[in-house]
Amino acid sequence: MSETIVIAEIVKGAVHSTTAELITAAQALGSQPVVIVPCTDAGTADGASEMSGASRIIAAKSDVFANYDAAGWAAAIDAVAPSGVIVASASPQSKDLAARIAARRGISVVQDVVKIDGHNLTSPIYSGKAMQTVALSGDAVLTVRPNVFDAAPSGGSTEISVVDTTGDMATAVQEFMARASSRLDVAEANIIISGGRGMGSPDNFVHLESIADTLGAAVGASRAAVDTWESIPHSMQVGQTGKTVNPNLYIAVGISGAIQHLAGMRSSKYIVAINKDADAPIFQHADYGIVATWEEALPVLQSTLSSMMA
Amino acid sequence: MSNIIVLVKQVPDTNARIVLSGDRVDLSAVKKVMSPYDEFAVETALQHREANGGEVTAITVGDAGADKVLKDAKAIGVDHIVRIDSSESLDSNALQTVLASVVKSMNANVVYCGKSAADTGAGSTGPGLAERLGWASVSNSISVSFGEQLSVITPSAGGNARYNVPLPAVVSCDKGDMKVRKPNVKGIMQAKRAKVDVQTVDAPASTVSVVSHSMPPAKPAGKSYEGGAAAAEVAQLLRDEANVI
Repeated sequence: MSETIVIAEIVKGAVHSTTAELITAAQALGSQPVVIVPCTDAGTADGASEMSGASRIIAAKSDVFANYDAAGWAAAIDAVAPSGVIVASASPQSKDLAARIAARRGISVVQDVVKIDGHNLTSPIYSGKAMQTVALSGDAVLTVRPNVFDAAPSGGSTEISVVDTTGDMATAVQEFMARASSRLDVAEANIIISGGRGMGSPDNFVHLESIADTLGAAVGASRAAVDTWESIPHSMQVGQTGKTVNPNLYIAVGISGAIQHLAGMRSSKYIVAINKDADAPIFQHADYGIVATWEEALPVLQSTLSSMMA
Repeated sequence: MSNIIVLVKQVPDTNARIVLSGDRVDLSAVKKVMSPYDEFAVETALQHREANGGEVTAITVGDAGADKVLKDAKAIGVDHIVRIDSSESLDSNALQTVLASVVKSMNANVVYCGKSAADTGAGSTGPGLAERLGWASVSNSISVSFGEQLSVITPSAGGNARYNVPLPAVVSCDKGDMKVRKPNVKGIMQAKRAKVDVQTVDAPASTVSVVSHSMPPAKPAGKSYEGGAAAAEVAQLLRDEANVI
């Protein structure tokens, strides 16, 4: 029987906690997975060894993994991964990598899996407006959405073997341009507070930023806000033509809930909506809906959160 | 002179409501449009042609109904339009195999595509095609500058990264701060007369097959409140009930 393989999610040179969710997803396919940790220093793999449920860990060590290059990473991982079904995170980088590895092996890739039932895999399509279930017959690479599968419990002490590997890099990073603000990007955040045209003016986003700073959250925006106000960049846009997000908490302020916005955030674990229009469609998707203007609600939210976080 | 390819896909209008008929989505009443990210790919391809000279060929995969997306690309300004004829649903391996075969035969320098198609949202085609061609690739580009090599900016943890990308390469495009050009009357007239080059390529059997479609699970009704003062209670519940802060 072929093995299942997990590619550990690496963020800023460390094994990300979502890797434990990938182990659970791989187990749902039938067996305890081999976890491959792409790294420049084998010590990085220690971050995976305490996650229980893996059969073994391969620290795939190569200078290639210093900076992301799809071709180099795919070649270096392909060289050490056994054949079988491969599971990676549905982050933008790992989706790119998954497609490369699948193509390298001449197998298919199934992205954004949220449910595994035997060999049937379910993913959102049309930005979450519908779900598609596909049947797998043969090896494939799949990516699973974060915050969907339970994390494999900690307390493991899986053995690590170090394997040197390499691959030809095709691209080279010239420079990193750090974001001017230290605030998280919506694609990286576990909590997002977004504003829509109901905020009245881009200047009022300062109130969202202040709450974001209290919560360690990212600030997002609706397409209407991005299209209307030049100072709100597209990088903040959540929705079908912006970013699809999956945070633990999504707070929508002055956002009516257009179908294309819902498509980008409806799978958030908890949704709070603040809108003065009680009939706004966003309320049908909210776990907590507050019918109020942002001028009334945000100061109360800010002061309560500040005292809770103090 | 560059031989530039742009991949385009026809998808349901992103503002359309999606309905089911039995256990399959029913798109019969839904308008079809060019996948929005592909518009950024077309714009980038045209900018590449303006910077370096050359010709742009738009390629799609589908049946005759997909010709419209090619005509739309032609109206915006591409030079040639090619449809790889297929009426079946292809998995990523089959799709990329037929695309790789046609791109190889065209002696291209660069392929642009959208960062993902608005129907599947997968984003597999660009990197998968590049791997099959043995080319460089960068996904989710927000800016491309054209020279001997490409200089591509893409989001990265904590900010953006600028990559040097040797050609040939595949670049998948996000919006960035791009403004896309719209078709003019002359373009629309030319597109009407343009002939689609239909090609037939053998595809390997798919190993991923669609079993069913369904609606996303309905969310139980949430709690609703009137007035801004309720924000205090909601904040408490986020901590004590939802455990998310």
